[in-house]
Formats: sequence, structure tokens, C-alpha cells
Amino acid sequence: MDTIFTRGPSLNNRLALALVLSVLLVFVDHKLDGFKSTRVYLNSLMSPIQYLANLPGLLLSESAQRLTSHEDLLAENAQLTNQLLLMSEKLQQFEVLEKENTQLRELLSAPVRTESRKMVAELMAVDKNPYSQQVVINKGAIDGVYLSQPVLDEKGIIGQVMEVGSTNSRVLLIADVTHAIPVRSLRNNIRFIATGSGVLSELYLEHVPHSVDVKEGDVLISSGLGKIFPEGYPVATVTSVIRDESRPFARIIAQPMANLDRLKYLLLLWAEPEASLPAIPEEENSNDS
Amino acid sequence: MIRKRHTAIFISIIIALVLQIVPLPFQVDLYRPDWVLVVLAYWTMALPHRVNVGIAFICGIAVDVLMGTTLGIHSFGLSISVYVLAANYQRLRNYSVWQQAIVIGLLSALYHLLTFWVQHLLTDIYFQLDYLWPVLTSMVIWPWVFWLLRRTRRQLSIT
Repeated sequence: MDTIFTRGPSLNNRLALALVLSVLLVFVDHKLDGFKSTRVYLNSLMSPIQYLANLPGLLLSESAQRLTSHEDLLAENAQLTNQLLLMSEKLQQFEVLEKENTQLRELLSAPVRTESRKMVAELMAVDKNPYSQQVVINKGAIDGVYLSQPVLDEKGIIGQVMEVGSTNSRVLLIADVTHAIPVRSLRNNIRFIATGSGVLSELYLEHVPHSVDVKEGDVLISSGLGKIFPEGYPVATVTSVIRDESRPFARIIAQPMANLDRLKYLLLLWAEPEASLPAIPEEENSNDS
Repeated sequence: MIRKRHTAIFISIIIALVLQIVPLPFQVDLYRPDWVLVVLAYWTMALPHRVNVGIAFICGIAVDVLMGTTLGIHSFGLSISVYVLAANYQRLRNYSVWQQAIVIGLLSALYHLLTFWVQHLLTDIYFQLDYLWPVLTSMVIWPWVFWLLRRTRRQLSIT
């Protein structure tokens, strides 16, 4: 290869150059976050390799689908129909409740919750890096995915979008050590911050005093306080509470609701559109009259 | 002719990158060998004037982008590992394949420790011995990769 690297400087100089560049890149990327826009291009550039790597799994699951027997399909169909029936029965109740809730909220003149846009995405790759928990999904900027968009599966919140490419994007899971999500207990509305532990099946609740009322089996739902995750989606259940008085805080471990190691189909949520400025025209009207 | 040898090296590196990120079941994933390092190691030992620190640096950036790590981490580790090889290629060439495998294992360990160390500086991660499984698997795949790439190199007479 006739690049500048092969002709010019000696090996030692080349190493020095590569190391300085690497350290510079690490610094700019990590500390200054200077590659946000460049990363989109780099990701798009590398996406062919990603699709190529995804191919074997795709072929395997496709052939598995073709080889599924008639009986299995019938059984699955029956099960799904059953599930649909149960769900739609629940939905009927839910619709009535939602209407009632909206009316009550209107009476209280609290902001009415609107239905947000959703999209189903498929898992493309799970990150190989043992130090961070990320997955790649097959929707990107073309589909309107944006940075720090919440991602769910059928059981609960799984994470947020951390990098957007043009046709795929990367999701940081809630179990990553760098991730934290504001939650509250469903039983008594106490607020917590659940940080990732680096292990897929564990979250830690940090800085919780010994006196706080938490029990094993408490369900934690997102509190919506961080303005990233919508309110009220299940996140985790508390699995162990250790109140060791010699430590400043209680040690509380929770398990994510979603099976983070068994993801396949994910749901992308779009933030609710800003309930924008109905107050101003109203005021003008009142001035007029 | 020149085009052909370029593409052979290029394609082998692309294949290594693909193998590095192919989705595998969670249990097997721990044992994934360092494909990129092994392939780069072969080319560095065979053709140190074509593939050395520069290519390793570029591959490292590619790995960083593919794995979503902070840019520069893998390029740092790969540059140093490949430098060690490029500086000693004449001695290493005379070793038997098994001795080379041990060297590759050591380099893989160095690579993992370096990337761990840099990431440890950036975020709070903890070391688990599981992270070193790729050292063993890299050693195991080395003879096969060596054989395959040497055949390719000789057949296409890449120099």
C-alpha cells in the first residue's frame, strides 16, 4: 500500500503519531463530545459491514421461519388469538378509563396526555464490547430517530438512543454503567435514580437512606423527571434490599423488567408534541371582547 | 497486479471486521477471538512494509465506530500491539507457528489490558477475568489464520 505511512517516517515516529492521534481522538470524543456529527457519517460509512455481519443471523432466522411446521404455526396462531382476545378486553376498559382520565384532567385544567408516535424496530447487533451495554437497531435518521429517544420492548423500558446513523442507530441499555434513569416506586411514589451496573440483569438504586420504605418486589416505573423517558412505563423490580448500617446508604438491587439479553423487536417512542401556546390567542380573544 | 494485492489485504481486513461484530449468542460471545488483531498480525509479520502501525490505527478507528466505543480506544491498543510485531518481525518469522501463537496470545492480552485501561480512565468499569478469554481463542485460531493467509499470499504472490 502506497500511503504516506509506508514511505515517510520511521516505525517509532509512526507509533508516536498513532498514539498521539488516538489520545487526541479519545479526548475530543469523550471529554468534548466533538464528534457528534462526524459519527453519523462514520456510522453510515460502516453500516455495510454491519449489514454484512447481520446477514448470517438473518438467513438463519429466515430459514427457521420457513421450516416451522404447520402444527407449530397453528398452535402459535391459537395462542395469539387467545392473547388478542384478552388484550382487547382489557383495552375496552382502558378506553373508558382513558376518556374518564382526560375529562378529569380537563376539569382540573391539567395538561391532557396525548398519544405519542411509535415505531417498531428490529435488533441488528448486540455490542461486543464487554465494558458497555449497547445494541444496534435497524432504524436511523431516515425514519426520524433522534438522539436520546426512549426505546422500549413489550415488558418495559430498555434504554435510549445514543448515536444515530442514517439507516441504523445505537441504543444504550439501562444496564450500562454510564446510564441512569429516574424512577419511582409504584407502591408509594418514592423517587429513585436507577443506575446501570454493567451486568444486564442488575440495576442499582443509588443514595437511598436506610429509612426509606423499599421492599423486595416493589415495581419501579419511570418518573418522567429527566425529560427523556416518558412517565409511567415499567423499568424494574426490586430484587434485594441490604440495610447494612455500617454503610452510609442502603444497597438496593433491582432487576430490569425487560429481558435485556433477549431483545428482538423494540419500540421507539417519539416525545409528545409540545402542547404549544394555546394560552396566547385565548388571551387576545378576551382582550378583544 | 498492484490492485490485486491491495484488494486481497483489504478484503481480509474487511472479513476480520465482519467476524469481529457478527452477532453471536451471549454465551459464545465471551470467547470471540480478536479477528482484526490476528489478521493484522499476519500481514505485519509477512509484509511489514505494507501493513504496520498506520493501517492498524485506521482499523482501530473502524473497530471503534463499529463497536460504538469512544473513538481512539481500539486504535490505541491496536497501534501498540502491531508496533511490537513490526519492530520484531524478523525474529518472529523464524519462530514455529506454535511459538507465534503464544506471542499472539501475549499481544492479545496486551491489547485487552490497554483497551481496558483506557476505558477505565474514562468510565468506572471493573475488570473481570472473563474479558481475557479472547486471548486463548486468538491463540487457537492463529495457526489456521496463518495457514489460510499464507496460502492466499503465495497464490496471489503479494509482496
